[in-house]
Amino acid sequence: MLQDLTDAEQMALAQCRHAVLGDGRPLRLDCGVDLGPYRVAYQTYGTLNADKTNAVLVCHPLSCDQFVAERHPVTGKEGWWDSLVGPGKVLDPARYFIICVNVLGHCMGTTGPLAREASTGQPWNLRFPVVTIGDMVRAQAALLDHLGIPDLFCVIGGSMGGMQVLEWAATYPKRVFSAVPIACAAHHSAQNIAFHEVGRQAIMADPEWKGGDYRLHQTVPARGLAVARMTAHITYLSEQALQRKFGRALQDRNALGFGFDADFQVESYLRHQGSTFVDRFDANSYLYITRAMDYFDLAGAHGGVLANAFRKSATRFCLMSFTSDWLFPTRESREIVHALNAAAANVSFVEVASDKGHDAFLLDEPEMFRTLSGFLKGAAAVRGLKDLS
Amino acid sequence: MTSIRVDLQLIADMVAPDTRALDIGCGDGALLAYLVNFKRVDARGMELSQAGVNACVANGLSVIQGDADADLRAYPDAAFDYVILGQTLQATREPREVLLQMLRVGKRAIVSFPNFAHWQVRLRMVFGGRMPQTTSLPYKWYDTPNIHLCSIDDFRALCRDMGVRIERAIVLNSKSRPIRMPPPLANLFGEQAVFMLRRD
Repeated sequence: MLQDLTDAEQMALAQCRHAVLGDGRPLRLDCGVDLGPYRVAYQTYGTLNADKTNAVLVCHPLSCDQFVAERHPVTGKEGWWDSLVGPGKVLDPARYFIICVNVLGHCMGTTGPLAREASTGQPWNLRFPVVTIGDMVRAQAALLDHLGIPDLFCVIGGSMGGMQVLEWAATYPKRVFSAVPIACAAHHSAQNIAFHEVGRQAIMADPEWKGGDYRLHQTVPARGLAVARMTAHITYLSEQALQRKFGRALQDRNALGFGFDADFQVESYLRHQGSTFVDRFDANSYLYITRAMDYFDLAGAHGGVLANAFRKSATRFCLMSFTSDWLFPTRESREIVHALNAAAANVSFVEVASDKGHDAFLLDEPEMFRTLSGFLKGAAAVRGLKDLS
Repeated sequence: MTSIRVDLQLIADMVAPDTRALDIGCGDGALLAYLVNFKRVDARGMELSQAGVNACVANGLSVIQGDADADLRAYPDAAFDYVILGQTLQATREPREVLLQMLRVGKRAIVSFPNFAHWQVRLRMVFGGRMPQTTSLPYKWYDTPNIHLCSIDDFRALCRDMGVRIERAIVLNSKSRPIRMPPPLANLFGEQAVFMLRRD
C-alpha cells in the first residue's frame, strides 16, 4: 500500500507510525461504501502506562495533521499545538500517552483521494467516497482497537478536531473518560458551509484541477487551492486581529501602485498563506475534508435533539470558546452546554476573552491552558491517574 | 483546607453526603470545593462572572457560565438532590420563576438571602431617609445588582403562596450567628436567612 505516494506522504510516513486496517473487515462509511484495506498514519508521544489509563487522543483541525508537537517533515515548521503538548506543557508526554491520527480523507499518509483503489489500481481522486466526521472517528477507534487501547483518558481538539471530540463522546461514551471540544459546534452553520463552498469552487474553477484528475495530467491546481486557503484564513482571524496586524499598511512600497499587485500588507500576507498551503495540502483532500465538516450535524444524527447524543453519558466535558471567534461563536458552544445539561452530563464551560478570532485555540492563550490544566487535574484525580515519574 | 464563610458552612451542613448538587452563583467555588472534598458530593456550579468560572474550572470543579434566570431551563426534572442559590435570589429578574425552576430541577432547594427588614436597614431607611447600606447590602442604589430585595417574612409568604414546604429555616444575626426567635423578631434581628425548601 505504500507505492505511488506523493513526496509529502513519503516524508510524513517516514516520520510517524502507520497501520493498515480494515483488511477483511472493511470500514462501513456513512455513505454506504465499504472501505478496506485502508491506511491510518498517526503519531504518538509518551508511553502507555501498565493500566492503559493515560491515553489522550488529540484530534487535529482541517489544515493541521498528526505532527502535533514536533518539526513538520514537509514544512519544517514547529508542531501546530506544541504550546499545549510537550515536556512541561499541559499535555506532558511524561504523564500521558498522546496519540494524534491523520484523519480519513486527509493527505499526510492516511487513506484519502490521493490513494489508489485496491480493485482497479487507479488513483481514487474524486471517486473516493465522501467521508464524514463519524467515519474519521470510527477509523480512529479501529486504530485504538489495533493498538489494544480500550479507552481514552481524554479526547481533545479544536474546530474540526472539536467536532471529532463530540462525535467520539456521542458514539463511544464508554471509551471517553473526559472530552474537551474547543472552538467548535455541533453542526456546521449556513455561513460555515458558504465559506467552504467558495473554497471548493475556487479549486474546481482552476483549469489545472482537471475534474480532480490533476495527478494523471501532472498538473497542480495551485491557484484554486491557494484562493480556498486565503478565504478560509480570513474566517480564522478576527476583524480586530487583522486590523492590528496590518491596518492599511503598504507592502514594500511607500505609495499606492495603481495596479493589482499586493499593495497592502494584508494582501501579501494572504497570498503567502495561500501559496505555502499548496506545498503541504492536496486540493482534492481539501474538498473532502471541508465536505465532512459541512455534513456534521450531531443533533440531526440523533432525532433532531442534541441532548439525545449524550444521554446517560458519564464522560466529563470541558468546553471552551473564544470571545472574538465568529466562525464558531460562543453561542454554538453554549448550545452544546445546554444539551449536555439536559442530558445531566458533567460539564464545564469557559469562554476565554481573546481578540485573536477562531485561531486563538492554536495560540498562546494562558487562560485556556490554566482551564485545561485544572480540568485535567480534576479528571485525573477521579480516574486515579498517577504520575509516571 | 481553610474554613468557608459561615453562611456557606450552614448550607454545606444541610447537604447530605454522596448526593448530587447544583450551586447557582457559585462564585470562586468555595462551597463546591467543600462539598466535593468533604461530603463526596457530585457537585456542579453555575456562575455569571467569567473570572469566577475560570477560577472554578482551573481548580478542577465542574462549572459553566450561566445565570439562574436563563440557564436552569435546560436541566431535566429532578436532576439534582439539591439546587443551591446563595445570596443571589435578590439579583434575579424573576425570583418566583427561579424558585420554581430550582424545585423542578432539584428535589430540594437551598436559598440564602439578605433580610431587607433587618433593624439596621429599617433605621437607615426611616431615620436616615436614604437607601440603606449595610454589611450584607453594601451597594449604593445606583450600582446594586439587587433588584428584588425581600424580608424574611416576605419570603415565607411567597413560599406559602407557591405551596412550597419550608423544611428548615436558619436566621443569622449581623455576626453571622444563628438566632432562635419567633418569626416577627427574627424578621427584625436577622441579617440574613438560609431556607431549605421542598415542593409539597
